[in-house]
Amino acid sequence: MNFFLETKENFAISFKAITANKMRSILATLGIVIGIAAVTLMQTAIEGINIAFEKSIAAIGADVLYIQKFEWFGKEDFELYRNRRDITMYHFDYIKRNATTVASMCPTMGSPRTIQYGEYSLQNVFAIGTTNEYQETFGIDMEDGRFFTQKESDAGYPVVCIGTDVKNALFPNSNPIGKSIKVGTYSFKVIGVVEKQGSLLGLFSLDNRVIIPAERFTKIFGTRRSISINLKAEDLNNIEDTREEVRSIMRKARKLQPWVKDDFGINQQEAFRQTYEQLTSLIKIIGLIITSLSLIVGSVGITNIMFVSVKERTKEIGIRKAIGAKRSTILMQFLIESATICLMGGFIGLMISFPLSLIINAFVLPTSMPLWVVILGLFISLLFGVLSGFFPAFNASKMDPVESLRYE
Amino acid sequence: MESLIKIENIVKRYDMGAEELYALKNVSFEINKNEYVAIMGPSGSGKSTLMNIIGCLDTPTSGTYILNGKDVSEMDDNELAHIRNKEIGFVFQTFNLLARSNALHNVELPLVYAGISKNERIKIAEDALASVGLEDRMKHKPNELSGGQRQRVAIARALVNNPSLILADEPTGNLDTKTGEEIMALLADLNSKGNTIIIVTHEKDIAKHARRIIKIRDGLIADDTTKPLKGEI
Repeated sequence: MNFFLETKENFAISFKAITANKMRSILATLGIVIGIAAVTLMQTAIEGINIAFEKSIAAIGADVLYIQKFEWFGKEDFELYRNRRDITMYHFDYIKRNATTVASMCPTMGSPRTIQYGEYSLQNVFAIGTTNEYQETFGIDMEDGRFFTQKESDAGYPVVCIGTDVKNALFPNSNPIGKSIKVGTYSFKVIGVVEKQGSLLGLFSLDNRVIIPAERFTKIFGTRRSISINLKAEDLNNIEDTREEVRSIMRKARKLQPWVKDDFGINQQEAFRQTYEQLTSLIKIIGLIITSLSLIVGSVGITNIMFVSVKERTKEIGIRKAIGAKRSTILMQFLIESATICLMGGFIGLMISFPLSLIINAFVLPTSMPLWVVILGLFISLLFGVLSGFFPAFNASKMDPVESLRYE
Repeated sequence: MESLIKIENIVKRYDMGAEELYALKNVSFEINKNEYVAIMGPSGSGKSTLMNIIGCLDTPTSGTYILNGKDVSEMDDNELAHIRNKEIGFVFQTFNLLARSNALHNVELPLVYAGISKNERIKIAEDALASVGLEDRMKHKPNELSGGQRQRVAIARALVNNPSLILADEPTGNLDTKTGEEIMALLADLNSKGNTIIIVTHEKDIAKHARRIIKIRDGLIADDTTKPLKGEI
């Protein structure tokens, strides 16, 4: 009860003290303002980058393994990768025959082509040759029409599914289904439009592509390229088992001796994630250093101003002690004052960073300030308030009543 | 008569580097309840030190001090703060009011530290201010009050916790003679209502208001005289 009353009184005192020195309090809190604005903005940005990253790697599929000639983010010499043998349909068939933990799998091969429809044409469209299992492996949804069937795939029908970018460029005002387009110089019938997939890491569009049966692809564009074998694991939780199984099958198919290293890469989304995490942890560390610097500078400013505040209120401290304030009461009075100043700084910081986060959201990357960041910001300012106010407050609490009453 | 203050062989020594300074050499006296005592002495006599010890703002180097049955000479800071809050009402020469707070809040303050709830606090503080004739000045800040009014606020603050002792340190030192007389009349009135009052002063005119005068010189009691009551002779 007593403590509660004293705390209430202490809040009233600190409010009076702060409003009596408005300018000084605001200036003192500047470092905290900047620190909190920086810390919350940084977290918001990272949050946004995270969301954007998750979204853009979703197309890679967490449960899909990519057997390719190269490793993603490979650390070995490029020469080593280049001299590897190509991965071909032979390997694809070999795995297909032997793998037991694969739900579905498809080969992909591709090259950039020019697509034409009547007077419209689009250059550098990625033409992909694959099988009907592509849809299941990557979980592709169709915006319109359908994907090609096993029959069409096996027989290599001249049918094509197009991405939304291609549709928009070639069929701005008409329905593409059933129309005949040219991939390179060869005619294909459009049977489906793949739903918009966005872009991978914001770098290249996944919608600027056309998908045709692999059988057809090799017939017209040749077989002299390494393919990617894409496998969807039966169970995402056992993806490592699938990876091991496929690896040993692949080694068998390649007739590798036990002491020879893999001469192929098994890639998965995880690789992106790891690289991404390395990158963002660096950003986080740099951000942390910057924000802690401004918070420390701010905190020193608060400590300084609190020392001044204690000094010029020596007499007040004497009076309060004379009429019965305990040490702890005086300590709390000044702790609450510095905590209030810092909390105010935190609020101002949030008032700066929140509109900024809206601007980032509108123009840079989609993000929003999570509630926990707001709470974190306020908590940090409170913490720094208590920390930076402690020594001045402790000094005040120790003052001798006789001496401080005599102070003018 | 019941004893309120019992001071025995109080010594206060200050260590000034190599030198030792005895502010109080050996002081003993008793003050009973409802007494009106003036402590007199020139500056440097040790009267301020004595006042600080009586007021529990300071502790003696040796000797015992019993206030209202409690030995306060061995108490720590927090216990002394409690005693100051409960047992002693201070009236200072320079009033020592909180400049940013109005009269009512200044008077309320000891009650805050005593842990009394807001509503009750305001009622008690209002009564105390009314008892010193300031019922229409409650919302005024110290700088909006005259010197005499400020000292009345200070007296109301001293009274508000119902202390066993009112300790006034040169209460008229910053006031003109007429206002000073009014304040002294107020203190005399409080004494007649049963309060124990000690004033510390170097002015004879002020000290004469008290029945008993203790004179301090060079850290010792030089004289201790009690005037007989009228008709007691």
